[in-house]
Amino acid sequence: MSGFGADLFRLVLKRLGFGLLTLIVVSLIIFGAVELLPGDFAEEILGQGATPEAVAVIREELGLDQPVVTRYFSWLGGALTGDFGISFGNQRSVAEQLGPRFANTLFLALVAACISVPLAVGVGILAALYRNSIFDRLANITTLTSISSPEFFVAYILILFLAVMNPIFPSLSNVSSGLDFGTRLERTMLPALTLTLVVTAHMMRMTRAAIINLLASPYIEMARLKGVSPARVIVRHALPNALAPIINVIALNLAYLITGVVVVEVVFVYPGVGQLFVDSVKIRDIPIVQACCLIFAATYILLNLTADVLSILSNPRLRHPK
Amino acid sequence: MIFLYIILIFAAAAGFAWLFRAGLVAVLPRNAAMLFGSMPLTASFGLLMVLLYVFMAIFAPVIAPFGEAEVFDKFNALPGDDPRFLLGTDQIGRDLLTRLIYGGRNTIGIAFVTTCLAFFLGAFMGFLAATVGGWLDQLLSRGVDALMAIPQLIFALLLITIVGQSTLNMILVIAVLDSTRVFRLARAVAVNIVVMDYIEAAQLRGERLPYLIFREILPNAAAPLVAEFGLRFCFVFLLIASLSFLGLGIQPPLADWGTMVRDLSQFINFAAFAPLTASLPLMAAGAIALLTVSVNFVVDWMLHRSSGLKE
Repeated sequence: MSGFGADLFRLVLKRLGFGLLTLIVVSLIIFGAVELLPGDFAEEILGQGATPEAVAVIREELGLDQPVVTRYFSWLGGALTGDFGISFGNQRSVAEQLGPRFANTLFLALVAACISVPLAVGVGILAALYRNSIFDRLANITTLTSISSPEFFVAYILILFLAVMNPIFPSLSNVSSGLDFGTRLERTMLPALTLTLVVTAHMMRMTRAAIINLLASPYIEMARLKGVSPARVIVRHALPNALAPIINVIALNLAYLITGVVVVEVVFVYPGVGQLFVDSVKIRDIPIVQACCLIFAATYILLNLTADVLSILSNPRLRHPK
Repeated sequence: MIFLYIILIFAAAAGFAWLFRAGLVAVLPRNAAMLFGSMPLTASFGLLMVLLYVFMAIFAPVIAPFGEAEVFDKFNALPGDDPRFLLGTDQIGRDLLTRLIYGGRNTIGIAFVTTCLAFFLGAFMGFLAATVGGWLDQLLSRGVDALMAIPQLIFALLLITIVGQSTLNMILVIAVLDSTRVFRLARAVAVNIVVMDYIEAAQLRGERLPYLIFREILPNAAAPLVAEFGLRFCFVFLLIASLSFLGLGIQPPLADWGTMVRDLSQFINFAAFAPLTASLPLMAAGAIALLTVSVNFVVDWMLHRSSGLKE
């Protein structure tokens, strides 16, 4: 028994180590990609007025005269302690601009997740149970449509119906730190609903597929044949085994939120990381772009890692070895 | 009231799809007629829409009333202001109907070219990795793993920051990023083909690598790659539309749907008193959604058919 526990532990540890390695490689890519930039930041900032002396001064100011390896480690070290350097655009610290926005984005993603996860899993299970019924087909067409639509289409449709024609929620999410929870939630509702619609579709389809897959297995047929009621078949026999795939689906789709958040924040002028990211790309503010990229990529990797570890832990074959 | 419209639209779509399918069955020779006769209405609708889009994209100069970048002295005209401009004009006086039609041509054309590029690159690398194996396979596979660890849109934004904003740069960036997905599939398919007897026979005959890849592996891996093409096209199309919407994709003076949605988005606030004006941004966004839905419907049917599932 103890040997088995160690096995499981080793498996999880191995997965964690692999995740860490991925993170390091990704940070290398993000840092290294910028090195490919023709010329360097100093010339980029000065533009037309790039005299050799001025370039040298800025290089020294930004630490660009150091070798690449030194710069990478000082950048990574800074990033780990929350110091992402100074923005090129307005000479303010990146962390200072990023901090409050990160909290806003997290809040938005949380609200979207709280609505979409129960909804998607519920509808997915129902669609799997009553498959090929009108309900299932309708759910299928609706989700396929919302997966295929760009986020901004869903967003504008929601604005049209919920903000312009029936003014329930504000169409611009003017969120600031001084708001109480209710107002904040109200202003976050439309972007959160947009994300919910997009993510729910993916999650629901994957949940449905996982359950259908499961319902085809022999032990479910056996349970049916011995006369167990349909509800009990689901709760006792199907759900415990479906847990692993469903957890996986949820974590994967929460990772999908990350891409969605960028576009949705721009549509609703929501003051989050995604908007800052897009604005910084436009003015080529490299330190901010690097920081945003690292944050998004790290969240994505961590969510995928969580999915893997949870599905290892929730696998009955691993928990109860022969 | 709105529900009535939605039901009417659904009914009309189903009707057109049914007519289209019946028409295909009547026109095509017997074998093809049987194939298309068995397709569900959703797939028939998707096929009809895809054909319409392709037709519109190819014949845009004939269909559109004006030239793509033709500027008139009447700017910011609303729909109905001027009989010449059916949907009005934009802020510098270009006809919106024309921009909408050319926008489709550009967005679809660029997405198609990008997907093709991604496929050439991804499939070639994937076959190469599977055929040569060893360290090359390891190198390419681990490299792709690393690239896929960053979400596509995020990585695209980083690369665009570095190489600068232009339409060509965007095409190359997306093609490279998307080829990683194609690589995965191509390699997985090719690994199973490489161990076949006919490959060994060809190797013993002394055939060279290009022959092996293009004459032996490619024909046998074509079917899954073609099905994947439809899906990848949808992703690329949406990614380009999103980037253009963010202002980082297709650059003016080329018309495109993503940029149009962004430029016209303010009109949505006029929904109460000018419904046609308010629907302008939705037309462009809806056109994007309709095409991806249609392609998905067709791909869904193809996958369903080739997997042999009856349920």
